Amino acid sequence: MVRKIRTWLAVSMLVVLSCAAVGAQQKPTPNEFTPMSAEEQASEVLPATPFVFTAYAIVWLVLIGYVFVLWRRVSKVERELLDVNARLTGPGSRP
Amino acid sequence: MRFATRLVPPLLVVAAVMFAAAPFVIDTAPYESSMGLIQRIFYFHVPVGIVMLVSGLVCGVASAVYLFRRSPVADYLAVAAAELSVVFGLIVLATGPLWARKAWGVWWDWDARLTSTVVMWMVFAAYLLLRRFGGPGSEVLSAAVGLFGMVLSPFVYWSVNFWRTLHPKTSVLPTLPSPMLGPMLFCLAAFFVLYVALLFLRARLASAQAALEQAYLSVED
Amino acid sequence: MKDVLRAAWLIAQKDLRVEARSRELIYTTIFFAMACVLIFAFAFVRDGRPIEHAPAGILWVAIVFSGTLALARAFERERQSETLRALLLAPSERAAVYLGKLFAVLILLAAVEALLVPIVGLLFQAPLLRAPWLLAGLLASGTIGFAAVGTLFAAMLVRAQSRDVLLPVVLYPLTVPVIIGGLQGTAFIFAAEPNFDMARLWLSMLVFFDAVFVTLALWTFAPVMTE
Repeated sequence: MVRKIRTWLAVSMLVVLSCAAVGAQQKPTPNEFTPMSAEEQASEVLPATPFVFTAYAIVWLVLIGYVFVLWRRVSKVERELLDVNARLTGPGSRP
Repeated sequence: MRFATRLVPPLLVVAAVMFAAAPFVIDTAPYESSMGLIQRIFYFHVPVGIVMLVSGLVCGVASAVYLFRRSPVADYLAVAAAELSVVFGLIVLATGPLWARKAWGVWWDWDARLTSTVVMWMVFAAYLLLRRFGGPGSEVLSAAVGLFGMVLSPFVYWSVNFWRTLHPKTSVLPTLPSPMLGPMLFCLAAFFVLYVALLFLRARLASAQAALEQAYLSVED
Repeated sequence: MKDVLRAAWLIAQKDLRVEARSRELIYTTIFFAMACVLIFAFAFVRDGRPIEHAPAGILWVAIVFSGTLALARAFERERQSETLRALLLAPSERAAVYLGKLFAVLILLAAVEALLVPIVGLLFQAPLLRAPWLLAGLLASGTIGFAAVGTLFAAMLVRAQSRDVLLPVVLYPLTVPVIIGGLQGTAFIFAAEPNFDMARLWLSMLVFFDAVFVTLALWTFAPVMTE
């Protein structure tokens, strides 16, 4: 058990160290600003369609999901209620 | 209660038909000049917000009736309205940031209306948590929460709005041009029909659960 | 009316006497407030100076957090000795029980704030003496509003399960108006360019909120505590 923990520790340390080594070799961020070309600028503007689509999808899914879940819960409870009531009236009343 | 139960399926059908027609009705409205397509979210986002507020009101009134009269039907309506406030509130809080991200560039900016909606949503979430985890007798406690929530909501909005008055955002609805007003009202009507149907359905569930508990207690006797 | 107030004062005296003997609540609440302030210091101090509006925020958050704890502990004590039912059975109006507990909690919180405010002022270079009466008014009305709602819900939750976490969950959204009022008013006093008119405006709003909250709580206390 202890040996397993030690092995895992060693492996994770190796992974962490190698990531650090790779990270240290990244290109340094540039010191100056270069303006964007017109094409790049057009792609920076967020298109509206995905947002509208997601918004409507959320509304539909949440509402339909909720109606579905609610209907199932109601059916389940009412079925159980019928069962229990049958049990109550079935064997006859107790004194 | 039984009368309300019978209303549920036809109301749901009406709502479904209206929602199916909604995209076409919304399409008749012109695009808004500064926001374009993204403003289409408005036709669902605003009605859902209005219904959420109304549901909060229903919960508050029902809670007050339950608190002072101990009427079981009031309790069923209160818990139904609280749950629907949370569900509709979730929709508002999910669609709002989507609109905001495109229109204002940020997902959230502590706008007065958004913030007070979050606060009220949390009040009704607290109602439901109290109901679920408060143990026996939590109906009365949550009724107090519902009542306070309803009464305090104008104060919440007022204080948050005043906090943010440095960047006022005026209300759009009263000055809405008529081509846009029609679809808005249609969607509002559709959501209201759906809300009433869901309110009765959820209240029916609460009533059935209470009857079940009672029945189990009788069985034990 | 006078009877109700007299009964309330008796109940408050009882609580204060119990507290004076053990001093449990006052010590633990003050040190909890200090612990909060410490954590906020790490969050909101940059290069040795607090960021803008930090002192007001830290002060009020510490008040709210320690106030919640004090409320919960005050009623926990009642629950443990099962004295709450005795209180409710006593031949005095329910309103008296509510007001009595409220007075006791307010006096406790006043004692906590009397220590907390100078400490926050010292640690975060907040100009406490710029408008001392205005600041005191804001603190008083904010605390009254918070405690009014808090006392009601803490009393309600005494017998509920999960009451430790449910009290803040229920209390914080409902006391948002009071917290915003206190915070904003205090921030306007502490700002580099203070705006006393805005602070006074928030103070008058807080007084109005307090009137509404206390009335509503008084009205709701009786039906909620009936079992």
